[in-house]
Amino acid sequence: MGDRNASYVRTEMMEPQAPPITEVGAIRWVRENLFDGVLSSVLTVLALLAIAFLLHELGPWLLNSVWNAHSLTQCREILQGEPGACWGVINDRWAQLLFGFYPSTLYWRPVLALVLLFVALAPVLFPSAPRGLIWFTLAYPFVAFWLIWGGSIWLPISVALGFGIGYATLLATSRLGLLISTIAAVVVPVLYWLLFSGDVAGGLASALPLEIRAVPSREFGGFMISIIIGVTGIALSLPLGILLALGRRSNMPLIKVIAVVFIEFIRGVPLITLLFTASLLLNYFLPPGTNFDLILRVIIMVTLFASAYMAEVIRGGLAALPRGQFEAADALGLDYWKAQRLIVMPQALKISIPGIVNTFIGLFKDTTLVVFIGLLDPIGLASAIRANSDWQGIYWELFIFIGAIFWIFCFGMSRYSMHLERRLKTDHR
Amino acid sequence: MAIDSGAPKASFRLGMLIYDTRYRSYTIQIFALLLLMLVAAWLVDNTIRNLAALGKDFSFNFLWSTAGYDISQRPIAYDSTYTHTRAAVVGLLNTLILAIMSCVAATILGVIAGVLRLSNNWVVGRLMTVYIETFRNVPVLIWIIVVSAIMSESMPAPNAFRGEDATASMLLFDSIAITNRGVYVPSPLFDNSLGSYALGTLTLSLDYVLILLVIGVSIWVNQRITASATRIQEATGVRPVTWWKSLLVLFAPLIALLMFLGFHLEYPELRGFNFAGGIQMRNSLISMWIGLSIYSAAFIAENVRAGIMAISKGQTEAAFALGLQPGKTMRLVILPQALRVIIPPLISQYLNITKNTSLGLAVGYMDLRSTLGGITINQTGRELEGMLLLMLVYLTVSLIISSLMNLYNNRVKLKER
Repeated sequence: MGDRNASYVRTEMMEPQAPPITEVGAIRWVRENLFDGVLSSVLTVLALLAIAFLLHELGPWLLNSVWNAHSLTQCREILQGEPGACWGVINDRWAQLLFGFYPSTLYWRPVLALVLLFVALAPVLFPSAPRGLIWFTLAYPFVAFWLIWGGSIWLPISVALGFGIGYATLLATSRLGLLISTIAAVVVPVLYWLLFSGDVAGGLASALPLEIRAVPSREFGGFMISIIIGVTGIALSLPLGILLALGRRSNMPLIKVIAVVFIEFIRGVPLITLLFTASLLLNYFLPPGTNFDLILRVIIMVTLFASAYMAEVIRGGLAALPRGQFEAADALGLDYWKAQRLIVMPQALKISIPGIVNTFIGLFKDTTLVVFIGLLDPIGLASAIRANSDWQGIYWELFIFIGAIFWIFCFGMSRYSMHLERRLKTDHR
Repeated sequence: MAIDSGAPKASFRLGMLIYDTRYRSYTIQIFALLLLMLVAAWLVDNTIRNLAALGKDFSFNFLWSTAGYDISQRPIAYDSTYTHTRAAVVGLLNTLILAIMSCVAATILGVIAGVLRLSNNWVVGRLMTVYIETFRNVPVLIWIIVVSAIMSESMPAPNAFRGEDATASMLLFDSIAITNRGVYVPSPLFDNSLGSYALGTLTLSLDYVLILLVIGVSIWVNQRITASATRIQEATGVRPVTWWKSLLVLFAPLIALLMFLGFHLEYPELRGFNFAGGIQMRNSLISMWIGLSIYSAAFIAENVRAGIMAISKGQTEAAFALGLQPGKTMRLVILPQALRVIIPPLISQYLNITKNTSLGLAVGYMDLRSTLGGITINQTGRELEGMLLLMLVYLTVSLIISSLMNLYNNRVKLKER
């Protein structure tokens, strides 16, 4: 059987053939990713046409950019009828877009405050930063206030003293139980602020006058205002949101009702009505004769607005936590605040990071609405610049610049949240 | 054998109000209530004293006085002799018109962008990512102002449409004109109109009432047909053919009615220096509509993508294993589950769109905030009453939308243990 002589049987292996040219390399990639079926091919062609159209429209405009011009007419002379972007407006007015009408000799103060902000944020954002910096983070709000608004150094110090007094009260009364010490730690500093802090600041200032030039709020503007409102709102709305979320999940009916009404009311009205309330109505609700800073009022309203959204995000995180975690904390004998601080919040906040950061991003974008109550944020300044005879008729360059800066901030925040999610991921699924 | 029966019955002591968890919550609540009442009293007292100092009272009588200002976009009859209430209603209608238009456009754009971002096509996927990330991360106010600037500065003036060597032309067979004064679209007209019916100060067009009635009845009859087909299918196992009945019931009465009413479109035409006829959609409406839609669509696209990605691949595979075709897999298995994830964030986007219509101020769109919360307040000096009313109206609209969401959520909620 086996010894039949079959000349057509191969005795050695054939060389493997190269795969067909449509199945390798770039061609395969193009076929699979761009022309996989009729619909996909049509979409690819449409998308490429759209990109080509954009490049055709924007390309020459960007390539012919003019950077050195002091008015639109000068720009047009340089361009001589060619399409071209006139970035001269940014070059000419960038200081105004960043600082508004802040005195130009004092630009170093907000810049320094911004640099210090990053130093203060380091221990919060990055675990590798030295721990001692957290003290600077706590002091930063007062430093920044003093740098930006100026005036006597004793005013922020006397306000900061209130927090110190509150903490001292908390320690001193801790033997009397949690409830009493919490109430005392709130009431004593409030009394101090209402009754004594002004005198303390005044007395210290007359004893040792230490002050830098004060800048009134109406001279603020540009991205400085957006960042001041945004950062303060972000920093304050998170703790307030946590409290509201806890209130909404509380077993105590009254506390729950207060939290629900507050959250639903704030979430039900547009931010712009709250801002108008801040600018038109707040004076009605305060004792006659009080008149406090518009930016401060806006910060309060923006914080309240964001904290309601924050509360809902954190409530979602709390709801996603298994009941066993709460019960385990109780079983360990932890009291309410300890259980929240050590067991519940670290997990709930981790779950809600994407939502929290989305709220932050929304808040930062919403700072543009302050233009409606007369604050000169970047959009307000853009209108002011466009109303100037030098730059009448320019709009793309300004809006691209403003939009790009907002984009960088918001995109950066969303990327950081993704990084944070990965870093805090502890499950091994 | 003497086992203590439970904890000793402690008599109530005052200290238990603070230290005993059974009673502490009452203490906290009473304290909170007192604090709340104190703050409320302080605010009310301040308000009363401030109003007295300004010589104002607290009354809503201004709502019945003559408004005295014009509104450019009027869905119902209005001129400056009507009352402030009427102006507020016109504003509210404008807000709702804009909100509904934006919700529809944003949903369509968002679903397309979300699905395309998931497609296997590399170029399209990247393009959609760029679109979504660009629009999500820049404030909506900037988009609205940019669209407004494009509309008013880059679009042709009406006289560019004139003459033999016109530099601009109308779109879609001379039916739509995009100018720097707004967009003109054809308007529906009825030759044999039934007239209108006056309902107080409102006039109700009987034509539209009749059309809505006929559509409603058609849909109801169609549902009955489908239901009876399902009954027959369940009884006999064979589903009768119904598509031609449905088609007939849905469209024949409507077409007959439209022919009876003499329905036709009136096209905008260039007369004098401007277009006449048709419906003019003002620049303010167009800027708000496009700006809000493209911005919100980026968020909706992300919701749609998240919803589709939340359905595990096993569901598709199981459906295929059952022998379902791809279309039916999508319709019967994937979509019902994905919608459960997509709809709640979608409705909160609708809520956001509705609230963002208040940005109409930036381009002069006469919405509720610009009428009741703007000119009315400025003219009458009633900030307190006006803002209160404004917030209540927005709150009502928001609560209606979110209660719809809760209704839907309860209907589609997974029934667990």
